[in-house]
Amino acid sequence: MQLSQFIHDKHSVQENAPKNQRFQNRLVVILFLLPALVLFLLFVIYPIFRSVYYSMYDWKGFGPAVDYIGLGNYKKIFSDEVFIKSIKNVLLIITLSLGLQLPMALVLAVLVGRDLPGRSFFRTVFFLPYVLSEVNTGIMWMLLYNADPERGFFNAIFVWLGLQPVAWLADMSVVIYAVFITLTWKYFGFHMLLYLTGLQNIPREIEEAARIDGANAIQNFFYITLPLLGSTIKTSVYMSVLGSIQQFVLIWVMTRGGPVNASETMATYMYRFGFVRFQLGYGAAVAIIMFILCMIFSLLYQALTRKPDYLSGL
Amino acid sequence: MSKYIALPRWMKKAPQRLVVYAFLIFASIMIFIPLVILLFGSVKTTGQMYSHPYSIPNPPYWGNLMQILKTPSFWNMLKNSLIVMTATTMGTVCVCSLVAFVFARLQFRGKNFFSNLFTVGLMFPINVAILPVYFVLRQIEQIGIPMIDTLWGVIFIQIAFQLSGNILILKGFFTAVPSELQDAAYIDGCSNFDFFWRIMLPLVKPSLTAVGSLVMIASWNDLLVPLVILNSNRLWTLPLGTMQFQGQYGQDLALISAFVALSAIPTIIFYFFAEKQIISGLTAGAVKG
Repeated sequence: MQLSQFIHDKHSVQENAPKNQRFQNRLVVILFLLPALVLFLLFVIYPIFRSVYYSMYDWKGFGPAVDYIGLGNYKKIFSDEVFIKSIKNVLLIITLSLGLQLPMALVLAVLVGRDLPGRSFFRTVFFLPYVLSEVNTGIMWMLLYNADPERGFFNAIFVWLGLQPVAWLADMSVVIYAVFITLTWKYFGFHMLLYLTGLQNIPREIEEAARIDGANAIQNFFYITLPLLGSTIKTSVYMSVLGSIQQFVLIWVMTRGGPVNASETMATYMYRFGFVRFQLGYGAAVAIIMFILCMIFSLLYQALTRKPDYLSGL
Repeated sequence: MSKYIALPRWMKKAPQRLVVYAFLIFASIMIFIPLVILLFGSVKTTGQMYSHPYSIPNPPYWGNLMQILKTPSFWNMLKNSLIVMTATTMGTVCVCSLVAFVFARLQFRGKNFFSNLFTVGLMFPINVAILPVYFVLRQIEQIGIPMIDTLWGVIFIQIAFQLSGNILILKGFFTAVPSELQDAAYIDGCSNFDFFWRIMLPLVKPSLTAVGSLVMIASWNDLLVPLVILNSNRLWTLPLGTMQFQGQYGQDLALISAFVALSAIPTIIFYFFAEKQIISGLTAGAVKG
C-alpha cells in the first residue's frame, strides 16, 4: 500500500491494526458513549414515553394509573380557555420578541460595531443580565414594579411625570407587557452578542467597496450587513422562539401566571396542573403538546435553514 | 482651502460618534437601574426603604446584610449550591467531552443514529420535561434508589439536560483540531484512548473551560429542578432559598434586596472573571447549533 494513501485513509489504519487493537478501539467507542447514553435515555428519552402513557390516564398521582381516558386529557386541554390564553400569551411574547427585542439588539450591535472605542465595555454591560439568575431578576423587577409610587421606581417616575400610576403586575391587561420588558432586559444582550459575533465575520472589504460605490450608511445596512447576517439572525430567531415557548421561572417568580391567569404561559400551566393541583395525567398531556410544538418548530427551522444562505461561503 | 485639509479620522466621525454613545449610554443606564436600586436597597433600613426608596443610602446600613450572613441557613444554601454546581459541571464536562470526541473523531456503525438521538434533547428542554422527568424519578424511587429530595437527583437531571447542547458545542471544538495530528498519532502507534487523553484533551482545554463556565452558570441559577426535586429546606439551593425567602418576607423590601444582592453578587463576580470563556462557549454553541 502506498504510504500517502495509507495516511489519507484513516479507516485503513484501524482496519489494518492488529485484532486486539481493533477490539480496544471499539471498546473506547462503547465506553465513551455509555455514561452519556445511560443518563440521556433514562432522564430525557424515557420520560417522553412515560408521559405519553400517563397522558392517556386520569391520574392524580396516587397508586398506579388506572382510569384510561384515551385522548380525553388532550380534548380537555384544547377546550380549556386558560390553556388557549397561555398559547396566546406565548404567541404574544414571540411576536414582541421578534418585533421589538431582536431588532433592538441588532441596532445596538450595529451601533457598537467592530471598532467603537469602549466596545468591550458595552458588550460586558449588555450581557450582564443574561448571567443573573431568573429568580434574582424576577425579584429585582418586582421591586421596580411595586404598584405603590412610594416604593416602586416606575410608578414614582410616572407620578413625577404627572401620569397615573400603573398596577404593573396586578393589572390583567398590563402584566404580560411588564413581564416582556423584564424578559427583554434579561435576554436582549444574548441576541446582541450573537449579532456582534456575526458582524465580526463579515469582511470589512465588502462594506468598504459598497461605500466607495456610493452606498450610504442606511443602504449599507439594508443591502450588505443585514443579508450577510442572515444565518446569525436565523439562529437568534430560533433561540428566541424556543425560549419563549418554554418561558417559566421569571413568570412564576413574578406573577405565578396571574392575576387570574393573565400572564399564564404553557410552562406555568403545566407546572400548575402537575405540581400544584397534582393532576399528573393532565399535566403529562400538556408536556407532550409542548414537546410536539418544540419539535415541529425545530424541524421546520432546520428545513428552512438548509437552504443556501449568503454566509455559507464566508 | 481649509476644506481640503484632511481632518483626523476621529474628528470627522466625532458628531456621529456622539449620537452613538448617547444611545449606548442610555441603554447601559437602563441595564444598571434595576441593579443599582437593588444594591442601594440592600444597604438601607426598612424605614429608609419606605422614605427614600431609590436614593443613595445615606448613611449605608449594613444590618440587613449582616443579619442574612449570620443565618446558618444562608450558608447552608450556599454550600448546597456549590455542591450541585461543582458536581454538575464536572460531570457534564467529562461525559460530554467523551461523546463529543467519539462523534468528532471516530468512525463506527450507528454514529448517525446516536448523533441524531442526542439532538432530541434540544427540542425537549427541561422546562418542558420537568413533569415527565418527575414521573421517572418517582419510578426510580419506587425501586428503592432515593432520587427525590436528594442533591444527587438534582445533579443527575441537570447533567442529563446539559448533554445535548454541550455535546454539540464540544463536537465543534474537537472537529476543529487538524486531522493531520490524528494521522500522525496513529502512525506513531497511538490508540484511540491515548489520542483522546494525551493529545486532544490538552488541545481543547480552553473549550472545556468555556463549556464548564456555561454549565456552572446554568446550574448555579437553576430554580426549576431543585424546586421540583427538593422538599426539605436543609437541601435548598440558593435560588430556591431566595424564592422561598421572598415568599416569607415579601413585605420587608430592604431585607429581600439584601438577600437577592448577596445571592447575585457571586454570579456577577464570576462573570467579570470568566466573561471571555462564557462568551466563547455561547457563541460557538449558537453558531454551530
